[in-house]
Amino acid sequence: MTSASLRTRLFLILVAATGIIWLFAIGWIYVGTKQEVESVLDARLQEAARMVASLGTGKSVAAPSAETGTDGPAETLIYERQLACQIWSLDGRLVARSRGAPSSNLGGTQTGFSDRRIEGETWRVFTLEDTDRGLRVLVGDRLGVREHLVTDIIKGLLAPTLLIVPLLGFLIWTSLNRGLRPLRRLALELQQRQADDMSPVETGRAPAEILPMMAALNALFSKVESARRHEREVTAFAAHELRTPLAGLKTQAQVAIGTSDGAIRHSALRQIMIAVDRTTRLVRQLLDIANLDALQNPGPDTRLHAGEIVGEIVDAHPAREGLRVEVDPMLNWITFSANAELLVLALRNLFENAVQHTAHPGLVRWSLERRPGEIVVAIEDEGPGIPPDELPLVTRRFYRGRHKSPSGSGLGLTIAELALRANAARLNLVNRTDRPGLRAEVILPRQAEVLHRRDGMPEPDLEIGLATASS
Amino acid sequence: MRILVVEDDPVLSDGLRAGLGMFGATLDVVANCADGRAALAASAFDALVLDLMLPDGSGLDLLAHMRAGGDRTPVLLLTALDEISDRVKGLDAGADDYLGKPFDLDELGARLRAISRRQAGRASPFLSCNGIVLDPAHMSVISGGQIIGLSRREFAVLEALMERPGVLRSKSMIEERLYGWQEEVESNTVEVHVHKLRAKLGRNVIETVRGLGYRMKVGTP
Repeated sequence: MTSASLRTRLFLILVAATGIIWLFAIGWIYVGTKQEVESVLDARLQEAARMVASLGTGKSVAAPSAETGTDGPAETLIYERQLACQIWSLDGRLVARSRGAPSSNLGGTQTGFSDRRIEGETWRVFTLEDTDRGLRVLVGDRLGVREHLVTDIIKGLLAPTLLIVPLLGFLIWTSLNRGLRPLRRLALELQQRQADDMSPVETGRAPAEILPMMAALNALFSKVESARRHEREVTAFAAHELRTPLAGLKTQAQVAIGTSDGAIRHSALRQIMIAVDRTTRLVRQLLDIANLDALQNPGPDTRLHAGEIVGEIVDAHPAREGLRVEVDPMLNWITFSANAELLVLALRNLFENAVQHTAHPGLVRWSLERRPGEIVVAIEDEGPGIPPDELPLVTRRFYRGRHKSPSGSGLGLTIAELALRANAARLNLVNRTDRPGLRAEVILPRQAEVLHRRDGMPEPDLEIGLATASS
Repeated sequence: MRILVVEDDPVLSDGLRAGLGMFGATLDVVANCADGRAALAASAFDALVLDLMLPDGSGLDLLAHMRAGGDRTPVLLLTALDEISDRVKGLDAGADDYLGKPFDLDELGARLRAISRRQAGRASPFLSCNGIVLDPAHMSVISGGQIIGLSRREFAVLEALMERPGVLRSKSMIEERLYGWQEEVESNTVEVHVHKLRAKLGRNVIETVRGLGYRMKVGTP
């Protein structure tokens, strides 16, 4: 295990916590015992004082005898002769004292408890005044002895503790080992796993505490796995889309070389031209996608004239027989600020898509629509449209639905969406409601401005213009 | 040979039609699985060229459907994928051979001849009967030590008959070998070609079974 071992950490915490609890318990026992011992011993002092007082007979009080006052070996045994007793007459004569009692006065004059320091020792004294007999009975014991008693009790408690602590430590350590076994098992399983093994971790008997972690791991695994699957799919599609036209080229070239029929050779060469054009477009689109994927900073936005951009795209597209392109004149009064390159890329791919799917003769229509907060440049074609179940899929790379055009690559809509997204705009694909066909809407955040046309024509009534455009 | 091509790329399928036509094959081309199934149900083919990635599904699904239905037409897969696992999957699904795109037209022709030969249970690349030897690979016919010059259609008629010497071939079956769906069948073509073949190979080589069809005569030199 490394320096940040969970086991060591838990062990230290548990041992520290147990130790602190033990210390508290001992402190508590110490205080409690001390109070108890004091009250018991105080009661004993009181009791003894009363007993001595009751024993005193009449008023004949003997003179102090030297013998009784002799200081013997008072503390040969700790708990023997704990008590010292003095009997004083009320006029202040020492009538009698027990063995081991100091000769000086132990206590005060009032009935009750008091602490006094005599000959360097603190005494706890109970004074009982008997005015009838003219006596004052003082019974006392040394506080030192009391302390000793309490300390002995605590020592008695501590001795087994010292024995138990290592045992406790051992038990904590082994239970930790047992308790952490599922974690170790998981770590081992992950360690032994192949780098490309993305199968979920077995959660069968895992404890509830590590289940969230395992669930998170499994979620991550499945995410990585699906990303990899997607990558493999894209590679497979790319291989197909690149190699199929190459196969066509090669076959047609072999036909052109091998045939002796002039018409067949001519047709083969024409097919080769078509395939080269298509492959050129595919390569361009692949490069566009690679650029969009690598795009970090799209570059500064510029003020773009919608009509000009659309005009350029339409003009650049090779004319096709029977195809009509209609551009809403409203586009000529609109500018927006966007990245020119990306916007043109998106619009061009959408336009190419529309042209590819429009049967000839047919019409591709550019229109402008203003909605609250956004302006929409729409391209409508007269193709078959997109089946509703395929609508969410068509912007995937290389996705070619049931209504695909023979010369499509499955990349145009992907490029349009990527380019628009990098431009803070959106692509919305809907099927036309008035007739079969697709309506591709480029939705730009509204910052459009109304412009004067270049040739100085007056600004049209926008509302009327829009009403005609959307009707 | 009549071959069905299931390929959605128009340039490639056009190239195959022209290229395999040069080898004397008659081609029908469809662009998706559904049309492929319909074509297989409608006519008999000597071989099927099948692309794996088709707009309405995988070529493997069509293959599985064929084999499940007991269709034994030899199948050659065209695949753009290099992964060995994909090729293994294709062969295990019942394909007889595969070619990676892009491929060589001559190799495709040779492989198609090989799988249809295997299907017919022949080991020799040549068809022979009564001293006539037909080499499908080179579209050449030798009879009596002489190379006989035949047109594409004459060759196809002779090939159809020589595949099963002595077995009756109906006129419609021979017509199917000569024309794809898109082609207009001219009436009496088979008779015309048989007539020309008899003129080039000898009168008794092909026998007419009145009202039923033709067969190669066996046993008489």
